[in-house]
Amino acid sequence: MTYLVIPLVKIVVILLVLILGAAYLTFFERKILAYIQIRLGPNRVGPKGWLQAIADALKLFVKEDLTPARSEKFVFLLAPVLIIVPALLVFAVIPFGPSDIWRLTDINVALLFVLGVSSVGIYGIILGGWSSNNKYSLMGGLRSAAQLISYEVPMGFAVVTVVVMAGSLSLVRIVEVQRELGVWFFLPGIVALFVYFVCGVAETNRNPFDLPEAESELVGGFHTEYSGMKWAFFFLGEYANMIVISAMATVLFFGGWLPPFPNLLAPLWALPAVAWVPPPFWFLLKVAAFIFLYMWFRGTFPRYRFDQLMRLGWKVLLPVSLANLMVVALGVLILGGRS
Amino acid sequence: MLDWLVAHVVPIVFYTAAVLVVAGAIGVIWFRNPIHAALSLLATFLAVAGLFVLQHAEFIAAVQIVVYAGGVMVLFLFVMMLVNVRTLPREYQYVRSLLPAAVVTGGFLAAVVAAGLFARSYLAAADPAALTAVEGQTMGNTEAVGWVLYRDFLLPFEVVSLVLLVAMLGAIVMGRKDRREEDAGEEAR
Amino acid sequence: MITITHYLVLSLVLFTLGVVGMVIRRNFITLLMCVELIINAATINFIAFSRQAGDVTGQVFAVFLITIAAAEAAIGLGIIVALVRLKQTVQLDQANVMRG
Repeated sequence: MTYLVIPLVKIVVILLVLILGAAYLTFFERKILAYIQIRLGPNRVGPKGWLQAIADALKLFVKEDLTPARSEKFVFLLAPVLIIVPALLVFAVIPFGPSDIWRLTDINVALLFVLGVSSVGIYGIILGGWSSNNKYSLMGGLRSAAQLISYEVPMGFAVVTVVVMAGSLSLVRIVEVQRELGVWFFLPGIVALFVYFVCGVAETNRNPFDLPEAESELVGGFHTEYSGMKWAFFFLGEYANMIVISAMATVLFFGGWLPPFPNLLAPLWALPAVAWVPPPFWFLLKVAAFIFLYMWFRGTFPRYRFDQLMRLGWKVLLPVSLANLMVVALGVLILGGRS
Repeated sequence: MLDWLVAHVVPIVFYTAAVLVVAGAIGVIWFRNPIHAALSLLATFLAVAGLFVLQHAEFIAAVQIVVYAGGVMVLFLFVMMLVNVRTLPREYQYVRSLLPAAVVTGGFLAAVVAAGLFARSYLAAADPAALTAVEGQTMGNTEAVGWVLYRDFLLPFEVVSLVLLVAMLGAIVMGRKDRREEDAGEEAR
Repeated sequence: MITITHYLVLSLVLFTLGVVGMVIRRNFITLLMCVELIINAATINFIAFSRQAGDVTGQVFAVFLITIAAAEAAIGLGIIVALVRLKQTVQLDQANVMRG
């Protein structure tokens, strides 16, 4: 039985942390935005507003769940599920720490799994936009389809750059290689990191690439007609996807669970005062930094126009990522000892 | 119960995926609304990817999902929304006169399936480890595919890339508006 | 015990469903989907034989097959867009005039 119980417990813990985390991310986002704009942000519910996320969740639970009369009922219901399931599935392979306790599974094609699963997430948005039978939703869905397909390509190349450097598709192995080499991949792969994160922001439909849900043009974009829990699913999906992108950036470019300078400062990390810090702490710290970057973007960047978005994807990011891949591959060929 | 499940995981996964594949395929030719058909096809693709995993072809499974689910089907949906299938006339969808032909094909299929079910293969499958090894070196499935692809099939690989390029050009040429329309649009802007 | 026969029968069913769909449907979009079904049936065969023979070559051919399928879908969808622009229809028997 134990071989079933332990993974189940892990799954429950990961899901709980994710959903609570996503709920609290909304709170942090509002707070950070508020401070960027020299406001105070939510501070009424609970001490310093800390219960705001709970209040929001409760509100969403009891809100009336509307389904437009002329919508495609089944697809309308399916869309929010399709957006959140892939986002959660990715966490099956993300390693939070070095030993087996800290992850669900380690498969040797984990990176392919992540790419494949996250490419299914598009359907939630497209189908949600289409099934609402609303022109704003449809426009949002169409924009998002074009955007996601365009940005998936350079993102793939950025990820392949890391694969070339690590020589493996296993996320655990990728982190291990970064430890063995003593250098995190963001240094040789700084261009790849840039491309990856820009694409990641675009893939999650976040500012400055939030055209699928641009309020000033499309009301609410693809989720205009959604309300209550179904809308909450879209919302959760967006935040879960942000966490996924940040977690993948951490694993691929910033050494996953490794503490800073794992080899140089090895004596320091072995000190009993520091050694009790579990590896996931470092992992979550890095993820939090990336999520902060997301919110910083939102607070400071204006939105792209749609043709600018497409031009950036196809005419800048794609050539840059391809050229970078070639340069890195050449570098690995010259410097690396692998045949 | 649990032990039984664990012991029979391969047949369970196979039959689940097989039912999904066939149901999805039937849905593709059954649904009148092309978007429902596309969703049905998506189910088929994902189930086929599951079958590939079952046969130790993890890389192909990932390619199947990334290319079909992430690319081809999104394009299908995109085009369907672009031409807005709702506003198109949908008076007749099936060719009734050809229904007998379909029945005959189906009957033929049933016969072959029956034959296949009786004529079980008694050849044992090769060791799956062979799928992750090239020239005696053990590696991942992805690496093995990569080795064979770039060592033995480099020329076909390049030819396929040319085919893709030509397809892309063709799609762009066909998809662009009429030259005159475009010029008019330029002037209006 | 799941043998290669199971996979071949499944692939055959998928192939036939694809052919039946191509025969009885007139909607161009559905027709393209049926082509995808047929190509998938072929891919299943390649993978099954690759597994049976213990040779990765079958998987390499599956890669080629998927590539060709993607090219085919791109061209087909391009034709659909052109057809809709010209005729405002995706019904194949409406496109019965040689000259646009």
